[in-house]
Amino acid sequence: MILSLLPEFVLIAAVLTFFALSLGKVSTAILYRLALGAAVLVTLAAIAACNQTGVFFFNAYSVDPFSQRFKILLCAGLVLVIAMSPGLFGVRKELSAEYYFFLFLSMFGLVMVSSAAEFLTLILCLEISSFSVYVIIPFRRKGRGYRAQMEAAIKYMMFGALATGLTLYGVSYVYGLTNTTYLNELARMVPGQINTEPLLVMGFTLIFCGVFFKLALFPLHFWAPDVYQGGANETTTFVATLPKVGSVVMLLRLAALLGDVPSILTLIISILAVLSMTLGNLSALVQGDIKRLLAYSSIAHAGYLMIGIASGGQSGLVGVSYYITAYLILNIACFYVIYHLAPLGTNIGFDDIRGLHKRSPVLAATLAAGAVGLAGIPPTTGFMGKFLVFMDAVDKGMVPLVIFAVINAGVSAYFYLKLIRAAYTGDAESGKPVHIGFFTKCLGGVLILLIFVTGIFPQPIMDFFSRAIRNAVPFFS
Amino acid sequence: MDHLIPNTLDYPVISLVLLLPLAGALIALVLPDREGKTASIHKIWATAVSVATALAALPLYLNFDAGTHLYQFTETRTWIQAFDVSYCVGVDGISLLLVMLTVLIMPVVLLCSFTYIGPRHKEFVFSVLLMETFMIGVFVSLNMVLFFIFWEAMLIPMYLLIAVWGGERRDYASIKFFLYTLVGSIFMVVAIIAVYVKTGTFLIPDIMEHHFDFGFQVLVFLALSLAFAVKIPMFPLHTWLPAAHVEAPASGSVILASVLLKMGGYGFLRFCLPMTPAAFDMFAPVFILLSLVSILAGGYLALGQTDMKKLIAYSSVGHMGFVTLGIFVITSMGIKGAILQMVNHGVTTGALFVCMGLLYERTHSREIRDHLALGRVMPWFLAFFVIFSLSSFGFPGTNSFVGEVMILIAAFERSPVVGFIAIPGAVLAAAYMLRLTQKLIWADDDGHHHDIDPDKQNWDLTPRETATLGFLALFVFWIGLFPGPFLEVMDTSVTHLMDQFHQGLEQTKDAHGAGHALLMQWKAVLQTLI
Repeated sequence: MILSLLPEFVLIAAVLTFFALSLGKVSTAILYRLALGAAVLVTLAAIAACNQTGVFFFNAYSVDPFSQRFKILLCAGLVLVIAMSPGLFGVRKELSAEYYFFLFLSMFGLVMVSSAAEFLTLILCLEISSFSVYVIIPFRRKGRGYRAQMEAAIKYMMFGALATGLTLYGVSYVYGLTNTTYLNELARMVPGQINTEPLLVMGFTLIFCGVFFKLALFPLHFWAPDVYQGGANETTTFVATLPKVGSVVMLLRLAALLGDVPSILTLIISILAVLSMTLGNLSALVQGDIKRLLAYSSIAHAGYLMIGIASGGQSGLVGVSYYITAYLILNIACFYVIYHLAPLGTNIGFDDIRGLHKRSPVLAATLAAGAVGLAGIPPTTGFMGKFLVFMDAVDKGMVPLVIFAVINAGVSAYFYLKLIRAAYTGDAESGKPVHIGFFTKCLGGVLILLIFVTGIFPQPIMDFFSRAIRNAVPFFS
Repeated sequence: MDHLIPNTLDYPVISLVLLLPLAGALIALVLPDREGKTASIHKIWATAVSVATALAALPLYLNFDAGTHLYQFTETRTWIQAFDVSYCVGVDGISLLLVMLTVLIMPVVLLCSFTYIGPRHKEFVFSVLLMETFMIGVFVSLNMVLFFIFWEAMLIPMYLLIAVWGGERRDYASIKFFLYTLVGSIFMVVAIIAVYVKTGTFLIPDIMEHHFDFGFQVLVFLALSLAFAVKIPMFPLHTWLPAAHVEAPASGSVILASVLLKMGGYGFLRFCLPMTPAAFDMFAPVFILLSLVSILAGGYLALGQTDMKKLIAYSSVGHMGFVTLGIFVITSMGIKGAILQMVNHGVTTGALFVCMGLLYERTHSREIRDHLALGRVMPWFLAFFVIFSLSSFGFPGTNSFVGEVMILIAAFERSPVVGFIAIPGAVLAAAYMLRLTQKLIWADDDGHHHDIDPDKQNWDLTPRETATLGFLALFVFWIGLFPGPFLEVMDTSVTHLMDQFHQGLEQTKDAHGAGHALLMQWKAVLQTLI
């Protein structure tokens, strides 16, 4: 049991440590090292627990290949997220310890989401993760007053509360119809009933709403641009990446549970996917704030992801898993550049990137690699993700959906190209050189390598996740 | 798999050719930077790498067996097992010449940018060498996914070549180039996946064996031909080309003209013709019409330009119109002419852009009126220029003559009307090129001879430039006077391609019966129009 739950225990230890540290005064630099160490430790724990299986807490908590593999992904993401923000430029100095405390607490929630095998547990874990994030958004340094971050936090919380309410409401429908909240029991009943029981569709649609909120899928995307813009750069990096992985994990469980029975849900998801891509990409075209642009881009990417969910089935869900990995790497790469361009924690516009190739070649190259990847141009990981997802959708006969998606990819290329253009063609005299440390430069190199290597050699990642997906319905196969 | 002849040389020759520029590009990144020196270490390094690549590719030509249509020197390695995406490369008679063109033109590209490219050599040679790997990759890929990856990967380095080292309106031109070519090929990925779903393989030779029903052929043909038509570029999708050509640095223009445009023609021959024969046959009249429009519009627009680079850019539209005409008349003669003409255009137009580049270095202008009466200051330059402009309008004895005549003969065979409409295109080419040549050599504003301006005394070619142009001029006459070996290389492959086409056409006819008769009527209607 100890080994099975090792990542969770290490996370709790980290949470408590940072809570204790928040009572005293410790410098941000030391906290950064401690946090990085803790994140690495958690990742090692997750890797150590990779092949464990077991069921805990009255079958509500399942340690299986699915959960363990996604825990590794989440933890590896956490290492990158923490490593890229030394010094916490955007967070008030006196709140550094609290920042890490809530960050690890949120992470704890996400790690538990991947193991939750019962609806109430799932919602509880999701809420642990969400509430921690609600708290750290207002930690941002005073810019022009506290208005932006407070607005972002309130918006995030209100929408979040609404989404949780909808999910709970949906669960009540499902429970009323099936008499259970356990995923494995639902997996036995739902595929047979989904096409004959409209209330079940209703229930699942409402449950999905909670996930869609986290994922910022149309029509629950409203919070994303404001939260991205209002949060500190490092907070936004976290919000933009790991909770999304967490929600995709939840989505994968639900999709696996529904099986590949075509149903009205498939249609709903397809329509939302198309609307989300279109709205995200068209809105991103006109953004001046890079974080806002990435927010709309994430709305669009949530749409591409949904194609894989809609097509369902083993290979589609493996495609989604690969896609979210790619999304994680690419977004961290972009936010890494944003973070280091703003030593005072301000937001970044196109003017701040101008001539970046001269001011910091590493940052410029990382930004270009990230943008190329998000645009889905080969040989990056972003292309491979889209390719895998599209492949399965065409296989399932969803050609119109894929055509919408490729048209969208064409539209999105323009604003990603705008980033590259600003970084590589602006006159270099306009901005000051950016000084970044050796470690940070190496991190940029690692991110670029990850973007290309995982794009050219997707097989190991696909193998890694295909084992996970085969076991996505807890203690079922 | 039985279409592949494994590599018989004792080393993986194609992989070596692909890897050399890539490795060279990566090494160039870590070479020490010495700002201020124009002929920097990076350019020498890159030129050496490109020459090495050309030498490494020579065995392909020397050991090529022209007696078989099969793919030679192939290498196959599993890559993504889940979908049978393999790293599979090889050449046949259709791609060999284009591969050779690419590897031979790249040293020229680098030589012509020794003094042209001022700042940021490191990024420049990085982009150029990356482009080389990707371009060769497009021609040697035998797996559709691999092909698509190389095809798309080219966009970013080419975008940077135009956007960073380009002329005044580089921003506009580079984005236009990027968006046109990207949007053109977005449907390609759908088509590739759809073909995979139907056949269960991404391997190009295996897909060619497969017979698709007619409706599917039409969709795949349209999806693929959009990408290829943009790249060629074909009227009315050609508008990115003048912008990109004009604003790109000389080296970028050479890459665009010599290699990038060829990928469209190659794509039609490699994918559309054998995979979707019935659709190809049905749409051929439309594409012939568009080719004719390209030829005439390109020539006519070139006639009106005052910007020399724009003139040559429009002439490219016209020349590539001849190439597509040769492809879409669908005869063995036409296709051979088209392939040869692609190589010719690569040599000749590439050379003309080198000429424009070295004039621009001297005058910092692209306008014809700033380059009047150079005859007395740059005699050597003009000697070369005349050779290339003669070649450009297909003067007998030069390379383009052979290709153009073959295409015209094929066009007349199909329909005299088509041939007669295409002829003025050749005449227009003579008109605009001779006009340009005349102005560059003799014309003066007031018709008087001045003494040579002392500033211009050292304007004639440097040894480096002479070598660059001389190298290309060699090919002008070589292909022009002895086209035999070049045609022999592709002979068997083209014959096989035509067999594949006719076979596929028969199969569709058998499969569709009455429906096909209806199609034939529609084709007849189209043909009466042309």
